[in-house]
Amino acid sequence: MREMLHGSKAVAKAVKLCDVDVVAAYPITPQTPIVEYIAQMVADGELRAEYIMVESEHTAMSACIGASATGARTFTATSSQGLAYMHEVLWIASGMRLPIVMVNANRALSAPINIWNDQSDSMAERDSGWVQIYVETNQEALDSVIQAYRIAEDREVLLPVMVCMDGFVLTHTMEPVDVPPKEEVDRFLPPFEPEVKLDPEEPVTMGALGEPQWYMEFRKQQDVAMERALHKVKEVDAEFSRVFGRGYGVLEEYGDDDAEVVLLTLGSLAGTIKDVVDGQENVRLVRLRLFRPLPEEDIAEALRGASVVGVLEKDIALGLGEGALCTEVKKLCYDYGIDARVLSFVCGLGGRDVRMEDVEHAIQVCRQAARGEKVNRTTWLGLREVAP
Amino acid sequence: MKPGAVISEPGSTVRNRTGGWRVFRPVFDMKRCIDCGNCWIFCPECCVSRSEEGEYSANLDYCKGCGICANECPTEAISMELEEK
Repeated sequence: MREMLHGSKAVAKAVKLCDVDVVAAYPITPQTPIVEYIAQMVADGELRAEYIMVESEHTAMSACIGASATGARTFTATSSQGLAYMHEVLWIASGMRLPIVMVNANRALSAPINIWNDQSDSMAERDSGWVQIYVETNQEALDSVIQAYRIAEDREVLLPVMVCMDGFVLTHTMEPVDVPPKEEVDRFLPPFEPEVKLDPEEPVTMGALGEPQWYMEFRKQQDVAMERALHKVKEVDAEFSRVFGRGYGVLEEYGDDDAEVVLLTLGSLAGTIKDVVDGQENVRLVRLRLFRPLPEEDIAEALRGASVVGVLEKDIALGLGEGALCTEVKKLCYDYGIDARVLSFVCGLGGRDVRMEDVEHAIQVCRQAARGEKVNRTTWLGLREVAP
Repeated sequence: MKPGAVISEPGSTVRNRTGGWRVFRPVFDMKRCIDCGNCWIFCPECCVSRSEEGEYSANLDYCKGCGICANECPTEAISMELEEK
């Protein structure tokens, strides 16, 4: 059924469709209405789940870890400072190979205090062993949560999944969303049946001490699971597309097939870029959906024919002078022998609006570079001219 | 190797004999002992035991020599003595 939904509500509806057993959340800023909607659903008896209101995000994730270890399907949502506060426990969730699904509403980190949209929060967790999916629309947010449980709970994978959606731009904005029928979701997503779980009848210890003679092997297992996750994300999305008629892949291409300039971005910014690309020639957008594991081969293929790649992203790797994704694109260009100039465009930090003019400016810089003119390796879009 | 560092055999931790970490060992003087059981209660390793005759001793395979038993003993019946090879 098509409904007008805030992104937060679309996520809550997905959680309900997935028959989640346990939701643990901390309800204060920078939380989103996602957990409020879920609390209401549980209170109204629409969702038969245990709702644990905890005293911090650190505890929210810890409660999810405990619940997931008993075999419960588990969900939480967070944002910016909340995700940062979870940092330590994120590694425990992934190390214990628990298929927790979390929605992160992408928001800036303090200081200065700022609760508006950017992607610095989840970028800072890129090595934590979580699968990361960045969505463009509210529809994709709902669909990705459903897909996330299939990916996470697959015994070949067993990794937690973070669905990243732009704070405010998606979470607090209404869009038409097709909410699939419960029966179809039930068929697509069978109940979670873990191979190992905490059970008094069959006691086990999970996440035990791993001494130097074993620790590396466990990390290698996680790395292999990440490789498998790449295939699983594609497989699950293809099946989702057959059942529900909507598919996303690990990335999306938009614009000229043989463009000289290729722009790369994550999340909802793709919408603005698509509008700009519509009015221009010789430019293509690659909207990366899967960021962890990084689908390097797919990105390399999507960059074909490009002489300049402009990476527009809402984060800055301080001390590196460019966005984090940009560095990774440079790395894969080296690995795959792609001879393209890769430029960083830092934009939208702390909720700064990324206007069509900003995207046009980025394209202009890329074209200058393509003509062999000297350009800066990093451009901050929409930056006010102030004395440093 | 099960993913997630899972140990499916309960109680297998006892194979890790932590007594080797010890620098001081508890020595029980049963003449001073009033059988209060404090050492037995407070031992964080649960390695102090009481025999049927009421004699206390520490299992040196697991005693890490922390000295909590000696500290808690109200009659100073336990002394911590340097391990000498």
